[in-house]
Amino acid sequence: MSRNGPLALAFHALFIAFILAPIVIVCAVAFTPEGYLSLPTNGLSLRWFKAIADYPEFVRAFRDSLWLAALSSTIAVLLAVPAALAIARYRFAGREAVLALFMSPLMIPPVVLGIAFLRFFTVIGLGGTFLGLVLAHIVIVTPFALRLVLAASTGLDRAVEHAAVSLGASPFTMFRRVTLPLILPGVVSGWVLAFITSFDEVTMTVFIASPATTTLPVRMFLYIQDNIDPLVTSVSAVLIFMTAILMIALDRLYGLDRLFVGAGK
Amino acid sequence: MSTVELARRASAVTRRTPWLLAGPAILLFVGIVLIPIAMTVLLSFHDWGQYKGIDPIITLKNWRDIATDSYFFEIFLRTFRIALLVTAISVLIGAPEAYILNRMRAPWRGIFLVIVLGPLLISVVARTLGWALLFGSTGLINVALVRLGVVASPVQFMFSEIGMIVALVHVLVPFVVISVWASLQRLDPQVENAALSLGASAFTVLRRIVLPQVMPGILSGAIVVFALAASAFATPAIIGGRRLKVASTLAYDEFLNTLNWPLGAAVAVLLLVAVAAIIVGSNRLVERRYAEVFE
Repeated sequence: MSRNGPLALAFHALFIAFILAPIVIVCAVAFTPEGYLSLPTNGLSLRWFKAIADYPEFVRAFRDSLWLAALSSTIAVLLAVPAALAIARYRFAGREAVLALFMSPLMIPPVVLGIAFLRFFTVIGLGGTFLGLVLAHIVIVTPFALRLVLAASTGLDRAVEHAAVSLGASPFTMFRRVTLPLILPGVVSGWVLAFITSFDEVTMTVFIASPATTTLPVRMFLYIQDNIDPLVTSVSAVLIFMTAILMIALDRLYGLDRLFVGAGK
Repeated sequence: MSTVELARRASAVTRRTPWLLAGPAILLFVGIVLIPIAMTVLLSFHDWGQYKGIDPIITLKNWRDIATDSYFFEIFLRTFRIALLVTAISVLIGAPEAYILNRMRAPWRGIFLVIVLGPLLISVVARTLGWALLFGSTGLINVALVRLGVVASPVQFMFSEIGMIVALVHVLVPFVVISVWASLQRLDPQVENAALSLGASAFTVLRRIVLPQVMPGILSGAIVVFALAASAFATPAIIGGRRLKVASTLAYDEFLNTLNWPLGAAVAVLLLVAVAAIIVGSNRLVERRYAEVFE
């Protein structure tokens, strides 16, 4: 294969600069020693990171976001594993329709989902509750978990399972000792992707969050709409660092390219 | 019990198994996706008044308003104009980048792929905040543009369509890169080598060999970007503010500021139908045109 020419490399450099620019600028401004938005040209300071602790709304929203993401992605995986096994192994009437139903949250604009959940939860009396947030987040992260578990269980060698059964294993033992270990990389990656998706979600959540139960991205979004100051850049920087760590873990575990093939469909 | 009876029971169990396995998820999705969406469609036909609130009668009032008021037409036109431009720019810069990435050598390829795809996992609020910082009238982009002599006075990026388009391209272009990247992986390099050995120039190989084979990847990436750009919310809301509305920020304002839920629901349902129609329609078109590639 021939190598990239100088023109191609120049294009590549510009592209990478475009991709990194807004992320780098957020992290840079977060370290400013000044009281206003500026690049840290007079040395670095952690004052805006320390300021986060004095702003309990952000700390509480961060804690709620962590709980919400952990709960909804765990329940999503618990639902997705049996559902993926059903879809991967059985040819039943309505199989395509069931798969389409599970993938439907990816097709529906998040604004529409937010409105639908707001209307629904208000009617059934779950408006502004944490339970409502959890239910809504389970629905929007399940497609991501399902896609990765499905990919892992489709390529499975069933001969190993048959061997386990013929040696006298019960269906549950077979699942626990044979199937689960084989699909584990897909399950774990699915959980991490579901966790990140829930943690980052803003559009749908902005409709159903209440001042008492809100997530970090929603709190940041509402804050930015009023004014932009170095505090919100330091909160964003913390978020970016955290995501970067999870991202590297996911890349090692699963490969970022495989993770996103067919994403958004 | 006869053998036939046993076999029949066993097959009944097998038939029930997938439904038992998928059952909990199906129940949840019917209860928390299908029913709320149906309720939203119904809500769009209800009436609303400043003092009476939501009036659960069936009326076409909201739909008539949307169809006749040029205010709504303008917002939907802007939404789809922005989505179309974002899609075009994302394809024009994302597809070449995927091609360049694919020709890189071992460590660099993986590193740059993570740099390009990684931002998809970073909160869209944090990424858009970065653009808001860069766009500010004293922001770096304007400083650079003025210093380089590209423009005489600072460009108004905030609260403008240009600003929205730049930020949305940044948020969505990775989807084109990954889609084209995936179809480049399936390419057989021997075909390229054959064309080169038969005397084709590098440009001819790109145009006649590579491009036709990655076209399905480009188109499916474009469909994803268009759908996500047309329904994007956080980026247009932060860059456009309250002044420059798109369909999703309009629905948000009707719901949370004006409190006219039925009208907001009608805007949302229209957005859902329009986006779904465009995705399904263009998917069909792509699949028919490239049936042989998809097999």
